[in-house]
Amino acid sequence: MSVGWEPVIGIEVHVELATQSKMFCGCAVSFGEAPNTNVCPTCLALPGALPVTNGKAIEWIIKIGLALHCEISEWSVFHRKNYFYADLPKNYQISQYDVPVCHDGWLDIDVDGETARIGIERAHQEEDTGKSLHMGEGGRIHAATETLLDFNRAGVPLVEVVSKPDIRSAAQARAYAQTLRQVIAELGVSDARLEEGSIRFDANISVRQGPDAEFGTKVEIKNMNSFRSLEKAVDFEIKRQIAELEAEGTIIQETRHWDEEAAVTTSMRTKEGSSDYRYFTEPDLVPLVVTPEWREHILSTLPELPHQRKDRYLALGVDTQTALALSSADTALRSLFEDTVGAGADAKAAANWITGEVVAWMRRESVDTIDVDSASVAEMIGMIDANELSASAAKEVLDGILRGEGTARAVAESRDLIQMTDTGAIESAVDSVLADNPDAVERYRAGEQKVVGFLVGQVMRATQGKADPKAVNGLLREKLS
Amino acid sequence: MSLADLTITDAAAGLRAGSHSSVDLTEAVLERASMTEAEVHAYLTIDREAALDAARAADAELAAGEDRGMLHGIPIALKDNMCQRGVETTAASQILAGYRPPYDATVVTRLRDAGAVLIGKANLDEFAMGSSTENSAYGPSRNPWDTGRVPGGSSGGSAAAVAAGSALGALGSDTGGSIRQPGSLCGVVGMKPTYGTVSRYGLIAFASSLDQIGPITRTVDDAVAVLESISGHDPLDATSWAGDYPDLTSEIDAGVAGKRIGVVSEFAGEGYEPAVTGALSHTLDQLSDAGAEVVEVSLPTVELALSAYYLIAPAECSANLARFDGMRYGLRVDGETTEELMARTRARGFGPEVIRRILLGTYALSAGYYDAFYGQAHKARTVLRTEFAAAYEKVDVLMSPTSPTVAFPFDAKSDPLSMYLSDVCTIPSNLSGDPAISVPVGLDGRGLPIGVQVMAPAMGEPVLFGVAKTIERLAGFDARPAMVEELA
Amino acid sequence: MDRSTLLPMPIDIDIAHVARLARLDLPEDELDTLRSQLSAILEHAAKVQSLDTEGVEPSNHPLGFVNAFREDVVTGSLDRDEVLAMAPEARDGYFAAPPAMSQE
Repeated sequence: MSVGWEPVIGIEVHVELATQSKMFCGCAVSFGEAPNTNVCPTCLALPGALPVTNGKAIEWIIKIGLALHCEISEWSVFHRKNYFYADLPKNYQISQYDVPVCHDGWLDIDVDGETARIGIERAHQEEDTGKSLHMGEGGRIHAATETLLDFNRAGVPLVEVVSKPDIRSAAQARAYAQTLRQVIAELGVSDARLEEGSIRFDANISVRQGPDAEFGTKVEIKNMNSFRSLEKAVDFEIKRQIAELEAEGTIIQETRHWDEEAAVTTSMRTKEGSSDYRYFTEPDLVPLVVTPEWREHILSTLPELPHQRKDRYLALGVDTQTALALSSADTALRSLFEDTVGAGADAKAAANWITGEVVAWMRRESVDTIDVDSASVAEMIGMIDANELSASAAKEVLDGILRGEGTARAVAESRDLIQMTDTGAIESAVDSVLADNPDAVERYRAGEQKVVGFLVGQVMRATQGKADPKAVNGLLREKLS
Repeated sequence: MSLADLTITDAAAGLRAGSHSSVDLTEAVLERASMTEAEVHAYLTIDREAALDAARAADAELAAGEDRGMLHGIPIALKDNMCQRGVETTAASQILAGYRPPYDATVVTRLRDAGAVLIGKANLDEFAMGSSTENSAYGPSRNPWDTGRVPGGSSGGSAAAVAAGSALGALGSDTGGSIRQPGSLCGVVGMKPTYGTVSRYGLIAFASSLDQIGPITRTVDDAVAVLESISGHDPLDATSWAGDYPDLTSEIDAGVAGKRIGVVSEFAGEGYEPAVTGALSHTLDQLSDAGAEVVEVSLPTVELALSAYYLIAPAECSANLARFDGMRYGLRVDGETTEELMARTRARGFGPEVIRRILLGTYALSAGYYDAFYGQAHKARTVLRTEFAAAYEKVDVLMSPTSPTVAFPFDAKSDPLSMYLSDVCTIPSNLSGDPAISVPVGLDGRGLPIGVQVMAPAMGEPVLFGVAKTIERLAGFDARPAMVEELA
Repeated sequence: MDRSTLLPMPIDIDIAHVARLARLDLPEDELDTLRSQLSAILEHAAKVQSLDTEGVEPSNHPLGFVNAFREDVVTGSLDRDEVLAMAPEARDGYFAAPPAMSQE
């Protein structure tokens, strides 16, 4: 990036809530069903049908807002956002406009060990559209010959979370998206699956010359289907805008489409000029009032969130990087950690083993989940502390534990991995190695310090690797001095 | 007298006394329709066989002692903007030609539960936008009192059916007077309940914050009977009142002695036919003689109610009617793109008045004009409600003419604005959400009926009906259209 | 609100733009008629601007109550055959329509 240019990025996230029923009707919320099977008069916008608000969805958006440290509006209303589109049955979307349920919050993100606080502008409740299939010519909208419409998704509760323009890099954009997804997933209010579209990210990007300059013209980019493509798209768009401006060009306020294959953003041809959504209060719905009691009740149901967990892990003595990794790790690993510590293991060691060797083992073995006895892991850590296991032996013990071969001690015994703690036996091994290697002893005494490594190796060989190398080293130096 | 000319109250008594059956009533009504429809055109659809089946079922239930109440076995007409499962429901628009809803409106469910016999779907101005039924895409209804004149609107078909004897009662919908004005012009009772007390689920929306379903009947008692069966909380309508409902009959025979009646002074003067203001004065004199205290009340903001209404209603309708796009049901006019298809379908499917209001509402909501028009209109609505509330501190009910004129000839109001002015007395109650009723009190020199309007505060139906019934008794209005006299 | 900003009346309506927003494909001559009709109606409607509404909250809802919620329960859907029977065009369980964009 050229010197002096600062990207300014805001991210809009659409989250489909995993309620049983839709936002304003009793149709099931269900992914992957046969087209037009979860539709009713309301979500198909048949004449005369009316919306009624799903109370659970409102509870859940409040939950999201509280998790993002938002203010919760005591009074808010729904608006109609008017625009015609084939997959929008009413040709208006029930959404919120000037008074959203949640506003002015924040989310902390970590990039390369640095924490940044990203402001949340608002989170508002709305409904999803149906799906348009653009048929012919590979499904590309510009070349399609026909539109097929499925309204199963129409009316699914959607929460839109809008960040403040506080994001300053593609890496931060990605971290924000990942962290937010994690929070949403842990609240249990959404499947939060990118590949199914139950969480979707759009980015607003502009660049300016330095942090004190006015904001530049912003461009919205859409169609990023993974965190990686979000990062790549934001990066591409930043570079494109800088190149354009440095070539004395101008940035047009527009929506651009991320083309994953070509790895470029392209302008979405739109015939409509500036949009005029003609927002007005939805007369079919009454205002929403969130009493302090309701807010408090929902607050009391919030689970521990990643940033809170990270702080708690740090307090337990886990180091920063490990705490960060573990706090956003999946539930199975986290509960393994909690239970291992609960069984008496040192938190720092437990965290290191779980985020290190356990994860590495799972990757090697290509397994997604583990079912492991945390007491055994705690026992293993205890045996390391007691010098009963060397680091390499512990890895083997862990392998046995993860394979379900039994407790740490049982695995260590059956695999014959327990370190010699009998100093007498080690001493006699040391003595015999010294006796068998007079040359080496001579060289050491002549000042060749490194020869001690050879002698340690000989002792380890003699003890079949079960002696504690540190103890052997100390004993050798003692005897040689 | 034909059974088709009975009040609901008398027909219900006769059913229980064994003097006639529901099939007798239904056949009489159907026969009346067969004689009057060519001239009156009150209906868009008559479902003869289904009506007779329902009548037979009602008779069987009544014979078995399963009495569902006042409407059991009574032939009722529905305005064709209320969805009835499997029965063509068009809202008098080409865009819904042939459309058969897959579900029942809540009022339809309630009428079925009450054992009513649904005769058919009554004509209206397209999407209930109009005051004469001249905006029906299927031709206007004609006033049974003078078929050269309009029955009023938009519930003109419902009012004409009740006046002509092709239904004993009907449901209408009232957004700016669409029940009361045709009630007045057809010499029948038309009542708009408190907003939120009758479910709008299944009512094809015109302006959601103003629309309300209500009864059109021959007597005040009949209106009470119909309203009792259709009102009440509906979980399918988020604007449906979930609290307590008043007992509609608690003041029905209380008379007006000691009641304070306010006459809205703004509803007089230019544009008001002398016969109309004369009939109101006469009624007020009668009420005064009966012990009521009649006072003048000024509600200055009602002068602006029409202006506010013609911003709010079109704005809401512009969104409510956006769903008619040729994609999922109804008319489709093909195009190269979905946008072209939608724009062609809508231009062809909607009539001129509907198009006018959609454009008006779209404009009033569009960027730059919102505060000046739509936003200001809703503030005017607040001011108006405050004025009403202050008035009801001093009086029990308010009164005015229902319509400044009696039924007018076809094509007399081709200028949209002059047509809009015929709703000037009725619109304020829609903006305030309060109940109001039109009661027929007499005929003008040409033999055309005149109604007076009574308005009450929200949930004030008991006092509204009590005063209305007193007016009805004092007026002794028992005239019937000549065509009915001839047939009866 | 400074009411002077509400006036003068915007009688000059970009009727083609409004018709486009409302998805109404109307011929030029009809649009001309509608423009003048709308101007007349708006001139009348603009009388609301004469009302002093300083500090007045808008009444978007004629009701005094709030929080009308439904339980999060599935109450069922329509039969697809019945749904698609209403459609002007349907294929393979979908509603069918022309493409979203023209092919030039």
